[in-house]
Amino acid sequence: MGKLKRRVRLVLTAMLLLAAAVPVAAQTAAQAPAPLDANTAAVTEQRLLQRHYLIEGRGTIADTRSYVIEQPLGRLWRMAQSVWLRWIGAAVIIATLAFFTVLYFTLGPMRIEAGRSGRMIVRFSAFERCLHWTIAISFTILAVTGLNITFGRELLLPLIGAEAFSRWSLLSKYAHDYSSFPFLLCVAVMFLLWARATLPTMVDVRWFMEGGGMVGHRHPPAEKFNGGQKLLFWVAMAGTAGVALSGVFLLFPFYWSNIIGMQIAHVAHALVGLAFVATVIAHIYIGAVGLEGGWAAMVSGEVDLNWAKQHHSLWVEREFGQGRGANPPAGATTTSP
Amino acid sequence: MARMKFLCDADRCIECNACVTACKNENEVPWGINRRRVVTINDGEPGERSVSMACMHCTDAPCAAVCPVNCFYTTQDGVVLHNKDLCIGCGYCFYACPFGAPQYPRVGNFGSRGKMDKCTFCAGGPEPAGSAAEYEKYGANRLAEGKLPICAEVCSTRALLAGDGEIVGQIYEERVARRGYGSGAWGWQTAYDEDVKADAGSRSGG
Repeated sequence: MGKLKRRVRLVLTAMLLLAAAVPVAAQTAAQAPAPLDANTAAVTEQRLLQRHYLIEGRGTIADTRSYVIEQPLGRLWRMAQSVWLRWIGAAVIIATLAFFTVLYFTLGPMRIEAGRSGRMIVRFSAFERCLHWTIAISFTILAVTGLNITFGRELLLPLIGAEAFSRWSLLSKYAHDYSSFPFLLCVAVMFLLWARATLPTMVDVRWFMEGGGMVGHRHPPAEKFNGGQKLLFWVAMAGTAGVALSGVFLLFPFYWSNIIGMQIAHVAHALVGLAFVATVIAHIYIGAVGLEGGWAAMVSGEVDLNWAKQHHSLWVEREFGQGRGANPPAGATTTSP
Repeated sequence: MARMKFLCDADRCIECNACVTACKNENEVPWGINRRRVVTINDGEPGERSVSMACMHCTDAPCAAVCPVNCFYTTQDGVVLHNKDLCIGCGYCFYACPFGAPQYPRVGNFGSRGKMDKCTFCAGGPEPAGSAAEYEKYGANRLAEGKLPICAEVCSTRALLAGDGEIVGQIYEERVARRGYGSGAWGWQTAYDEDVKADAGSRSGG
């Protein structure tokens, strides 16, 4: 009997304790938030796409790029690469070519007004010319192979067929990657060589205000490099910095950036490259066609004295001042000017 | 012909990676290349979801649009394939792909990525179906044998569905309706935007 009593007491105590505990439990339940339903609270694609440019998670393979599961920005880059760049590129290059064609047929090339004197003056050393032509050749390779990536599929592929175009494009890809190194190296040396001589001065302001001698028939004085050349030099330096910086990202993909960085680097590289090509078209026009006697400066390195006096009067004065006069014409006996 | 699509029901995916492994085995995919991978979003938090992702075989494929050598083509089944003989490994398809599907055998410094490799929906490549050359370059051509992609076939929870897009979409819709939740048909809006819109239009119209 005692056993039963003890058991009843135990049960009663337990019930009492429970009765006391229930309101407490109910209270805590009321204070706690509703139980979390992991399924309805789960991430949804829709919500993630509204909040993020790319959906990233955690994967189990070594390739961490694969942890980005969706990047809808790829569509924007696709538009940039396959539509905008083609239109912008075509517009920029055709406009530049058209401008200089019109210039050639209206204004025509600038003549040496006093005629050729037959006396030559050294303008660029063999080293300077070598540097220039290494840059010129590597730039041409870079420009042609770069334009091939943007325009080849539309322009060249239908002409030579898919297989030939693929072989050519593979070759151009390697050519583009590897010719960037001599290009960069030589531009760096050129920077060291000419940066001082191309710092803008008041003479250049006057040169620009008088239209560089293109408009009207006055010839503003200029040093070894006139305002236009200085501008070209610094535009080329900025362009090189631009293509080099973005190019390094493309050459070592995903080292310093994620997919968005790669897309930005690509578009920046293409835009700077296009501006560079347009600039160089202008440079080629002036150097080879637009200026009589200018071509010789970068080929033989010597220019006619009258050409030099017309375009770089201050430089000629300084050269004579230092006793480095012009070479006499063949057969001449005196060297004094 | 049926328009083939993948659909990963993330509410069913248990991140077992069987699809990844089966794919690698079936197609003899080289070391370092994953045509399919499983990624977990909000890992370790309540409501985390795992998604198995590969090429979604987009309707208007961005890879095909940006390819400088035009090596992509879409089959009659709506499967996006590419010709490795033409590929120059420029990496542009990876920049354009919303799903990170294109893979390359090498790292890619100095433009040496090698020929791009990606999911073929187990449909091989341009070579004759079932040929040794096709298998070596692109892996199995199960579609030509009347079979569906191995990744979906091995999926133990039937999270990964592959096949006729209409049927696959219908199965998912029924699942969502029955259980009352769904984290979405991952990638469908992006990959099949045109189809999804046309589908919605025809449904609201009918």
